[in-house]
Parts: sequence; structure tokens; C-alpha cells
Amino acid sequence: MIKQFQLLFSISRSNLIARRYFVVNGFDGALTMLGLLMGFYVSNDDVVLHMVITACMSAAIALSVSGISSAYISESAEKKQELKELEGAMIADLQDSAYGQAARFMPFIIAVVNGLAPLIFALIIMTPLWLAQCQPELITYPIETSVVVAFILIFFLGVFIGNISNSFWLWAGVRALLIALITSLFIFLISLI
Amino acid sequence: MVKVQRIMLDILKPHSPNGLEFSIQLAEKCSGCRFNFKVLEVDEKTETVIIIVESESIPYDDVFDAITSMGGSIHSIDEVDVIGVDNSESLSTQTND
Repeated sequence: MIKQFQLLFSISRSNLIARRYFVVNGFDGALTMLGLLMGFYVSNDDVVLHMVITACMSAAIALSVSGISSAYISESAEKKQELKELEGAMIADLQDSAYGQAARFMPFIIAVVNGLAPLIFALIIMTPLWLAQCQPELITYPIETSVVVAFILIFFLGVFIGNISNSFWLWAGVRALLIALITSLFIFLISLI
Repeated sequence: MVKVQRIMLDILKPHSPNGLEFSIQLAEKCSGCRFNFKVLEVDEKTETVIIIVESESIPYDDVFDAITSMGGSIHSIDEVDVIGVDNSESLSTQTND
């Protein structure tokens, strides 16, 4: 069973595609959460924690559903096209082969990875908010703590990307962190207008 | 009783799985068989390969299923070594064992 999975991943190169989607949509999720949290942080009104959690959770769910549906639609179309081209080259029906199985099954896996990545990142970033709601004395500044968690996650995501591209891990992490800082700066500047 | 001990197959297959993965998958599905894999021609999406299978008794259906399940298509059987085994001889050998 595991070997069959490995074969399907190998022939469809789905492991590389899933990894790319995980990074891209995970980064999307983390940056969206950071944007939302910065928005709440820079707004002068008193923010109710429950509202922050609901807004962040809604955004995370929307990102997840969007990730699942968009990846499934695009990947299944892509894999069907690839299979059709290969069948043309082979002059054979490959529906019952591993290629046919991969074309039917792999879009599901890739869609789940694409959808879960932003959700997982968002849930990690939101952890301080939940903790503060359950135990207010535990975390005094929940939004600020979540922002710090978001920065840390984005840094590690950068390190992960650096590992993939075999570049220096610290520079890759700092580069991702810079993107997050610039985003935060933009939001901060907009709040001054 | 007849035993197929060697077959040379002309196969058209996609580039992936590569020769090593393809042969390993074949060997896993047909234990006791020895596979020799040789690429003859490489095209844009496919490659033509020659696979020589050797065994005391080749389970051809298993070999065929394993090849087609990986997207390969057998174009021709180019060489075959077959041995006829006398049933009584086979039985006496089994009894001696």
C-alpha cells in the first residue's frame, strides 16, 4: 500500500507539487493572519478578543476552503491533460495503470495539503488568542503575542524554503521575515492616514 | 508441463518510473525472477526498452500485469526460452524431495 503510494507520488511528481503548494499557501495563511492581527493592533478602538478570534478563524476557514477547491480544480484538470497527452504518446489506454490512478487520486491529496497548510498555520498563530480567552491571566497581550508567533512561523517557513533551494537558511529566513515586516509596516502606515 | 525460463520483451513505457524504479517494482511483484533492463530509444514522453526476464519458471501473467500497471505496453516478445518438463520426472523429483 505504502509502496503503491510512493509509486503514484513518484510518477506524478505530486510530492514536489504538494510541497510547493504547502509553502505557497502556508505563507499565504500566515501573512493573512499577520495582516488581520496588525489591523486589529493598529485600530484605536478597544478590540474584543472574541471578535478577533472569530475574524481570524473565518479568514482561516475561507483560505482553507479556497485552497482545497482551487487546487483540486486546477490539479485534476492538469493531471487529466497530462494523462491524455501520455496516452496519445503511448497509443494506449492508461486509465487502469498507475498513471490513471495518479490522475484520479493525486489531485485530492494535493488539494488537502493546499487547504490544510493555511489552516494549520492560522491555528498556530491564533493559539495565544485562545489561551488568552480561556486563561486571561496567562497572556497579557494576546494580539501582540500572536503577531510574534506569526513572525516566528514566517521565519521558519523561510528557513524551510531555504532548505529546499539549498541556500543559506538564515538569509532565507530573514528574507521571509523582511516580507512580513514590510507588510506590517504598510498596514501601520495606512492606519496613520 | 512447460516452463518458460527466459523472455525478451520489447516495451514502450513512459519516462517515469525510471529504469531502476521500474525494475525494482517488477522484481517485487515477480519474486524469483531476474530482470535485465536496457533502454533502446528515448522520445519526448516515452522510451523503448528491452527487458530480459529469467527464472526457473516465469509467471508471465504477473510480469505482464506489473508492466502494464506501471503504464508500460508490451510491443513484442522478441526471444523465448521454453523447457518441456516430463510430468513423471517432475513427480519423481517431488517425491524424492
